[in-house]
Amino acid sequence: MNAKLTETTWLDAHCEVTFAELASLSGLAEAELRELVEYGALAPNDPRETQWTFSGECVVTARAAQRLRASFDLDPNALSLAVGLLERIRALEAELRALRAQLPRRTR
Amino acid sequence: MKYKDYYAILGVERNADTEAIKKAYRKLAHKYHPDVSKDPQGEAKFKDVAEAYATLKDTEKRAAYDQLGKHAPGEDFRPPPDWGRQFGDSHAFEGIDLSDLFEHFTGRGGRRGAMPIPGQDYEVTAHISLEDAYRGATVDLELAVPEFDGSGFARRVPRSFKARIPKGATDGQRLRLKGQGGKGLNGGPDGDLYLNIALHPHPLFRPSGHDLYLDLPLAPWEAVLGATVQVPTLGGTVELKVPAGTQAGQKLRLANRGLPRPHQGAGDLYAIAQIVVPGAASDKERALYQQLADGASFNPRGHFEEEGKHERQTH
Repeated sequence: MNAKLTETTWLDAHCEVTFAELASLSGLAEAELRELVEYGALAPNDPRETQWTFSGECVVTARAAQRLRASFDLDPNALSLAVGLLERIRALEAELRALRAQLPRRTR
Repeated sequence: MKYKDYYAILGVERNADTEAIKKAYRKLAHKYHPDVSKDPQGEAKFKDVAEAYATLKDTEKRAAYDQLGKHAPGEDFRPPPDWGRQFGDSHAFEGIDLSDLFEHFTGRGGRRGAMPIPGQDYEVTAHISLEDAYRGATVDLELAVPEFDGSGFARRVPRSFKARIPKGATDGQRLRLKGQGGKGLNGGPDGDLYLNIALHPHPLFRPSGHDLYLDLPLAPWEAVLGATVQVPTLGGTVELKVPAGTQAGQKLRLANRGLPRPHQGAGDLYAIAQIVVPGAASDKERALYQQLADGASFNPRGHFEEEGKHERQTH
């Protein structure tokens, strides 16, 4: 058992990864990633750029996509749909949490 | 080695065909997959289901598994004497997991080649307090990770990680610890460790992103007359000026008193005014309230009458 102290990277909008890095970090093939972008499940920072870059949040989404693809044998179309719906649920849950935080405790 | 009944885990008969196994797996995966399930035990349950399916969907692995015989779940057992020779792995079976046996199963006569194999990534939820998120913290994480021996065979070993969570964490945020996952093999890169931050509920503060919400109880006279009150924040107590005429539910903002953001700045702290009526009033207090009631022209339900008039006019 060894315990090492390690520095960390936030996977947020401040963290930027290249297309190749996103493929490597998620375990998805570049063709699969491209399809996720085409179907709108992943958005590059600037889609007009020839060299796409993505925010760190996309690493979380792409890794979830990889797990779903591996676990459910999903084709790119179904995978994009599932990832899109999960993202919507995640956003709604975050909004719900935020609204709940604003409610006084006694009336929650 | 402890026996796991993969057929029972998937809820299928031992003679089930591949299609039935696939259907059973999918049904359970819909229920327990950590990305879609709300079951707190979902991740652990899915791990078993996925492990069972990974072995039973593969004809060769399934045959090798069947050759282990049927034992009671959790029972210590050893594979039959010729099992290792027959299925190409001739290592000792002590101290290994059934999942490791099949995860790295190379098939009849097969052997792991010298191809570089990247280490496995791990995802762990780190539960931290709001105070930890405010100040930054070092958390201890325990993981059972596979480690490879000289022949490329895995054994699960407990490994402890110390992960530094810098200031700026909030619920649901993710961190990547590069190279802190499983060890790579044959020169493959080490995997990464991903942390999912989950904040423990706090008795006073409720986080919303990097903002915090706090209930601020006020006496009726404090709300009417205004007051300067002491308010707790994660950085210590501060004074807050409550303006005269503060209504219940009104949010009083304390700028930058929320959680620090990862890169710069901080969220705000919102104190939500709550007007609290004293439980038992003394005779003197009751007399003062009565005096107020007799002298006040305030009608808190004035808009009911306005609405009523409007209704009568439109019908």
